[in-house]
Amino acid sequence: MQPDLKLYDYWPYRDRPRIVWPGGARIAFWVAPNIEFYELDPPANPYRKPWPRPYPDVGGYSIRDYGNRVGHERQMRLLERHGIRGSVSLSAALCEHHPEIIEACAELDWEFFSHGIYNTRYTYGLSEEQERTMILDAMDSIEKHTGRRPAGYLAPALSHSEHTMDLFAEAGGIYTCDLFHDDQPTPVRVRGGQRFISIPYSLEMNDTIAYVVNRIEPRRYGSMLRDNFDRLYAEGETGGTVMCIPTHNYQVSCPHRLAALEQAIGYITGHDGVWVTTGREIAEYFLANYYDSAVEDIRRKREAAGGDTA
Amino acid sequence: MATPPDPDYLRYRHRRHGMDHQRYAWSQLHEREPVAWPGGARVAFWVNVCVQFFPLNPRGAPFTAPGGMSMPYPDLRHFSLRDYGNRVGIFRMLDAFDRWRVKPSFAVNGAIIERAPYLLSALRERGDEIVAHGWDMDSLHHGGLTPMEETDLIRRSIDSLEEATGRPVRGWLSPARNESPLTPDLLKEQGIAWFADWVNDEMPYRFLTRAGDLWAMPLSNELEDRFILMQNLHSEESWVEQVCDACDFLLKEAAESGGRMLSLNLHPWVLGQPHRIARLEQALEYVTSQSGVWPATPEEILENPSFRA
Repeated sequence: MQPDLKLYDYWPYRDRPRIVWPGGARIAFWVAPNIEFYELDPPANPYRKPWPRPYPDVGGYSIRDYGNRVGHERQMRLLERHGIRGSVSLSAALCEHHPEIIEACAELDWEFFSHGIYNTRYTYGLSEEQERTMILDAMDSIEKHTGRRPAGYLAPALSHSEHTMDLFAEAGGIYTCDLFHDDQPTPVRVRGGQRFISIPYSLEMNDTIAYVVNRIEPRRYGSMLRDNFDRLYAEGETGGTVMCIPTHNYQVSCPHRLAALEQAIGYITGHDGVWVTTGREIAEYFLANYYDSAVEDIRRKREAAGGDTA
Repeated sequence: MATPPDPDYLRYRHRRHGMDHQRYAWSQLHEREPVAWPGGARVAFWVNVCVQFFPLNPRGAPFTAPGGMSMPYPDLRHFSLRDYGNRVGIFRMLDAFDRWRVKPSFAVNGAIIERAPYLLSALRERGDEIVAHGWDMDSLHHGGLTPMEETDLIRRSIDSLEEATGRPVRGWLSPARNESPLTPDLLKEQGIAWFADWVNDEMPYRFLTRAGDLWAMPLSNELEDRFILMQNLHSEESWVEQVCDACDFLLKEAAESGGRMLSLNLHPWVLGQPHRIARLEQALEYVTSQSGVWPATPEEILENPSFRA
């Protein structure tokens, strides 16, 4: 274990090269519905228990199944009403279990990025070879069922190893959603030297963090989303920002929570200068237009501060 | 060095179309045939009240139920506060249900019958639907029981209620909604027709057991008073808002998709408090005054032709 995996360099949030998003937009806004499959009886992992209650954890399993049976359709139609194409964080096994959901999203031209095989199979304890196998399995499976190889990764249940970024970049991925260190895309260092970046995904705006971990009221979640947008939108005038709403169809799509989400999304998309987009489009645009200047600015600031030049 | 998981950790035995088990068929709510409620109603409004006994000396197998004792023995504060619900709070709630013409079901622990016979006879006289809720809140159904032990728990719970009310018991809610791998099979074998432990749907659906199908009834955990007020520590005002928002949403969805259900699972020891009862009244007033809302019991809901055996 190491004190820091050195995935990124310190890069102060001032005087950065100015990002302008397509169409002169000041904020890139994306919604990332997690579409997950949790197993009722997953194998044990020595580092993390999949379920808090003994088998069968009816409550934990069944509310997640609710997301796919009931919640997904609601969230998909809500996003459609507001002209948003979801960027799906996908448990790849869902391609086999529930292809109906994949087809419905594909019809709306949504993006699919990898979220592992199942949200009950963790990266913890896997050998490098096993983790590579899992990453490639998920990418192959998503490509086979959607026609396009995923560009992004959110590790299953946010479980990582020291080599997760390296392995995903080696498999051809270009962005990660696993890092929460910034409000703009940043370069991520991988051992193979690939041009690989982090896209802001936001833990704080994540509905499961809001509802399950922080246990907040639905309308407060809605007002947090609006506050988060207001500030990033204002700052976007001097340098384009990114706002993400990561969702789960078993949280936001409950009947008592949808109104809060819809109001916030209507508010956000009602502004001018908002690039309503997907994770892949943000990553590709940043890589094509700002990656090099970001790397150069990080190097310049480090040197100016007397840091090592390695 | 990391301890690796089992070498088979990346084998996926159930990676195929549908569910990863045999308990029910994969089906999305919006794909199903629309359900028509009586009188053209759009939303069936089901209120279930839990009448529970939390023993002072829990074994906690395999865990202590939410609401159970949490202080060193004898935890009189929590013990007596739970009793408060069955002595005081529930009568406030009954008045509220009558005022707003809501017909709740009551999920009753078998142990309540000896502890509060007056309450049981009051419910019998009202003619409310009684649902078996296990023996008590420390008699959880879990894989550590033998099938015979679990069958006995189920049988005792049902028998005591049937004896006290003189009516057959058709519905079941497990204490803490916990189950053993066999619970649904044993429930069906003991004559139960529907249960409400699983929260994966918002309409009744067929649940498969070795003895035939059960109906799984949707009883939201996310909207329940205990979850929102005691676990999430949301305000009472927020609970009302959430119920009203849910009602509005479901009425709107039902207009396009066919009948929906709004279910509230309530606890007299939570909402029956003097400072909270007005919030229940407010929620009941709002929901029952919406056009298209049909206050209904599980029995009435399952009489719908869509849910015929």
